[in-house]
Amino acid sequence: MREISFTQALDEAVAEEMRRDARVITLGTDFTGNPVKEFGSARVRFTPISESVLTGMGLGVAACGFRPIVNWRMVTFSFVAMDQIVNQASKVRYMFGGQADFPVTYRCSTGGGMGLAAQHSQSPYSMWMHLAGLKIILPATPADAKGLLKSAIRDNNPVVSFECSRLNTVVGPVPDGDHMVPLGAAEVKRAGTDVTVVGLAYYVQEALAVADELAGQGISVEVIDPRTLVPLDVETIRASVRKTGRLVIVDEAPPTCSAASEIAALVVEDAATFRALRAAVQRVCAASVPVPYSPTLEKAALPDRARIIAAIRLVLDTQ
Amino acid sequence: MTSSAPQLVEMLRKMILIREFDELAIKLRTGGRIYGAVHPYVGQEAVAVGVCANLTHADRVTSTHRGHGHCIAKGADVKRMMAELFGRVDGYCKGRGGSMHIADFAVGMLGANGIVGGGLPIATGAALAAQLEGKGNVAVCFFGDGAVAEGEFHEALNISSVWKLPIVFVCENNQYAANNAVAVQHPFSDVAVHAASYGLPGLTIDGNDVLAVCEAARTAVERARRSEGPSLIECKTYRWYFHAMRNAPPPETRPAAEIAQWKERDPIARLAADLIAQRLLTESDLGGLQRQVQADLQEAVAFAEASPYPDPGDILVDMFAASTVGTLSPPSPSP
Repeated sequence: MREISFTQALDEAVAEEMRRDARVITLGTDFTGNPVKEFGSARVRFTPISESVLTGMGLGVAACGFRPIVNWRMVTFSFVAMDQIVNQASKVRYMFGGQADFPVTYRCSTGGGMGLAAQHSQSPYSMWMHLAGLKIILPATPADAKGLLKSAIRDNNPVVSFECSRLNTVVGPVPDGDHMVPLGAAEVKRAGTDVTVVGLAYYVQEALAVADELAGQGISVEVIDPRTLVPLDVETIRASVRKTGRLVIVDEAPPTCSAASEIAALVVEDAATFRALRAAVQRVCAASVPVPYSPTLEKAALPDRARIIAAIRLVLDTQ
Repeated sequence: MTSSAPQLVEMLRKMILIREFDELAIKLRTGGRIYGAVHPYVGQEAVAVGVCANLTHADRVTSTHRGHGHCIAKGADVKRMMAELFGRVDGYCKGRGGSMHIADFAVGMLGANGIVGGGLPIATGAALAAQLEGKGNVAVCFFGDGAVAEGEFHEALNISSVWKLPIVFVCENNQYAANNAVAVQHPFSDVAVHAASYGLPGLTIDGNDVLAVCEAARTAVERARRSEGPSLIECKTYRWYFHAMRNAPPPETRPAAEIAQWKERDPIARLAADLIAQRLLTESDLGGLQRQVQADLQEAVAFAEASPYPDPGDILVDMFAASTVGTLSPPSPSP
């Protein structure tokens, strides 16, 4: 199978969908390569730095039958468009009684670990999960990045694509052809029997590395990647926890009101899964601080393999 | 002015319908028969009607929290509007939106909006769609003087001008942003001066003269249809009542003389007097129009009251579009 980077996979997804459907247009301040050459300047729009108007324009043009991709670049910049995301994008379909669909995809990079300091090292997907009305994808591999973004573009709802910066250069196999990954389907990235580790984005890769390491010590780790946060495939996670009896959730957002919190709550709310638990659920998240700049502090703020292993040993009671 | 006699009479009828709809909404809210907030458009009717007289259903508009007038002017059905105020399933939004969120996508009314300035980006997107479609359709964004102080106003004018989008920005300067006078909000009394900063035509007109509004909008809409870009029209007008009411109309805080002065310039009385003077309408015709409007509104209330409340079991319906895969059907954008 062909191996390409996470970034290439995302670019391929956009190009393929623009080829497939003339109604797909893309708005952003910058693009990889020269998509104007293939798709023309009417469909590939270089924009002013105006996140608020661009976010709302995505809704307006989508309501009129187009399928815009609005690129916020960093998720950080999306906060400038809070009104259009919170008051408009997440609510317009429902509050207008379902009169129109709003098939818009908002893309953004996310996450820390790049030395970019507080404002440019955020992972605020749970803020958007909280709104109800936005779908959210969070791929961890090149194949999922391509397949999920293609599904997002074809989805008839506003979808936010969180694209983890630390994964940009990760290379992996991507199937040829029209590779699609459905929204709302988690994937068991590695089967195991002793403990379930749910990782998000970069921490799927880290969880897999930890699973490899612990396998040598006789600990069997099952790694689950939710892949989409809305809709969230909670049943795959619960089924795994019913099997292993132990759950560790790893993410680089701070723990308060996080995706990790939501996953923990959904797991323990289910009676059968709750009864199967053999240890308290553990979250391995970022420290509740604005991510600091200095390498020693940034490393301390974000989860790492040692903390994941410590949490696994805690739930296994093998510290 | 090139509007025909029937067109002028229809403009008058719509203005009366808008006024009486909102007078009725105030009564219904005070009587506890409808819920939430009501923002009456009374006094500003000439703006919505004068602008929308130049539009077809293929042209799209966005509106504000004070949106009933824009809905009626754009062609929405008062029965379904009233059902929405009553929170019933036959309302435009199935009772999900209420007064501040009435929309009728079928007539190109892309929604009232509870956020000051919130409709500007959405209208700009509709203008982008019109440009891509290349059929000569336009977008119109209605907003108040308050929105001019929002960043979204400036972003929308800027990108529309850069991309020559077919859009008309219609500022209803009713002299107050919520309860604060324009002078407290803006360094200029004519907010249309902002147009020059973004390289588009800006015009300040008498927003209580429906013929002047219609004429200015016609020029701007035609310019947009010719792909020559956006325009800003500031319509000086006045709301006769409060910014918003909940259980009861709030006490008036504006000077009585100011209110009286603006009521002298009643846009409906002015058009009616003009039409009668030109013998395009008789007093008897006017009485007939008013009776017809009252009958239509009584019918709307009856329709609303006969409509059931939404089933609580349907609370999750319409959260997400059912279809998850877009089709390949036309239209494709023009080159």
